[in-house]
Amino acid sequence: MSYLASIGSYAIMVKEVFKKPVKWRIMKSLILKEIDELMFGSLGIIIFISFFIGAVVTIQTALNLTNPIIPKYLIGFTTRQSLILEFSPTFVSIIMAGKVGSYITSSIGTMRVTEQIDALEVMGVNALNYLVFPKIVAMLLYPFAIAISMYVGILGGWIAGVFGGFLTSAEFTEGLQIDFIPYQVFYAFVKTLVFAWVLATVPSYHGFYMKGGALEVGKASTTAFVWTSVVIIIMNYILTQLLLG
Amino acid sequence: MIEVNDIHKSFGDTQVLKGISTTFKKGKTNLIIGQSGSGKTVFLKCLLGLFSPEQGSISYDGRDYSNLSGDERRDLRQEMGMVFQGSALFDSMTVEGNVRFPLDMFTKKSKSEKQDRVDFVLKRVNLTEAYDRFPSEISGGMQKRVAIARAIVMNPKYLFCDEPNSGLDPKTATLIDNLIQEITEEYDITTVINTHDMNSVMEIGEKIIFLKDGIKEWEGTKHEIFKTDNEAVTSFVYSSELFEKVRQMYVEERN
Repeated sequence: MSYLASIGSYAIMVKEVFKKPVKWRIMKSLILKEIDELMFGSLGIIIFISFFIGAVVTIQTALNLTNPIIPKYLIGFTTRQSLILEFSPTFVSIIMAGKVGSYITSSIGTMRVTEQIDALEVMGVNALNYLVFPKIVAMLLYPFAIAISMYVGILGGWIAGVFGGFLTSAEFTEGLQIDFIPYQVFYAFVKTLVFAWVLATVPSYHGFYMKGGALEVGKASTTAFVWTSVVIIIMNYILTQLLLG
Repeated sequence: MIEVNDIHKSFGDTQVLKGISTTFKKGKTNLIIGQSGSGKTVFLKCLLGLFSPEQGSISYDGRDYSNLSGDERRDLRQEMGMVFQGSALFDSMTVEGNVRFPLDMFTKKSKSEKQDRVDFVLKRVNLTEAYDRFPSEISGGMQKRVAIARAIVMNPKYLFCDEPNSGLDPKTATLIDNLIQEITEEYDITTVINTHDMNSVMEIGEKIIFLKDGIKEWEGTKHEIFKTDNEAVTSFVYSSELFEKVRQMYVEERN
């Protein structure tokens, strides 16, 4: 029952986010600040993780493809498919649920416990629009971050494969190009946009409606991470079934 | 003037406000006192429009809040200033940014006009030395003064303060009390203060309402509170030995 109530209040929150918008001049600066905080602030970790996961996927695939009749280019093919279809959109989003999600929940939650949200509401400012809308807009750039993740992951795979002596650069490149289906990239970016929405709104919900003090801010951040991850994984299944099934 | 007529407010099965009626006059500092859990904060939040009473009405200079449209309510909110217990300053903004925030949000003033207004109110609260500092870099008393400056920057008709001097030393608390009273008289504002502080009651209580278990138990002025026989009020106000002695001296002087 409480889950249903939470889904209901989440839906009401989303509706409120788009009502009574604050002045564009102010909103513009809030959006730029959030892009800097949520997107540029996350690029470092995205690039670092993508590079090494790409490298590990290549090495693991190479070590498991021991049959001499299986062509080496399949290592590049597997790396590409793993990164584009699942690792970059989904795995990176789970990591972002920890990084961006806890930042959103704790920053909004702290504003709640220190009455800053009450102060906005007393002034007649739509606090949900002021706090959540810029985050949603900033997260529209998330597909660009995921595109970088795909590129860097494949680069990591190429470096590990070629310099680790598992295959040649030509074999890896052939694997990247073989049976390439552009629709799969479209599928990956559709997923990414849905995950961006989840990453912006679920942690905001947990921060905005939290009650209590500093300890509860910490608890809300953990809960937000868990629920954001759960929603991402469920949405991943649904979207895969709808778009590829 | 704010007229409150028989307001009731419940949360689940708990009835917090059980029919409060009173009037807060313009240019006066009105104090709401009472023990923790007596309904003071809920009452203040009803006055601010943050909670909607289930029964009764609140009128602001003849405008019944429950009859106002969404836009009219928003306009009314802009006539209100609020000083929160913990100041509620925006951490990410400087002192100047905090005070300028309502002007940026709701006015079409030019940059220089806004700057003049910010300078004026910060000067009014004797805080011209902290423009570029963040709330975390200034003292609790300074934070309260910034909160007052932010609350009055839009020339409000109604000023609400929730425990404005909690956590402050007695000297700073008196300064804040006096500042609120001066501003109330100077700008002819209807001020409502929620407080536990008996010094505030004695200093600036032009009208005092004592709440007990969601009911208005007593109403009067700071002079009348010395004379009251209401047991609930005397046991709350004169719970400290010092105030009891002050009361005895007052009564002896009067006799």
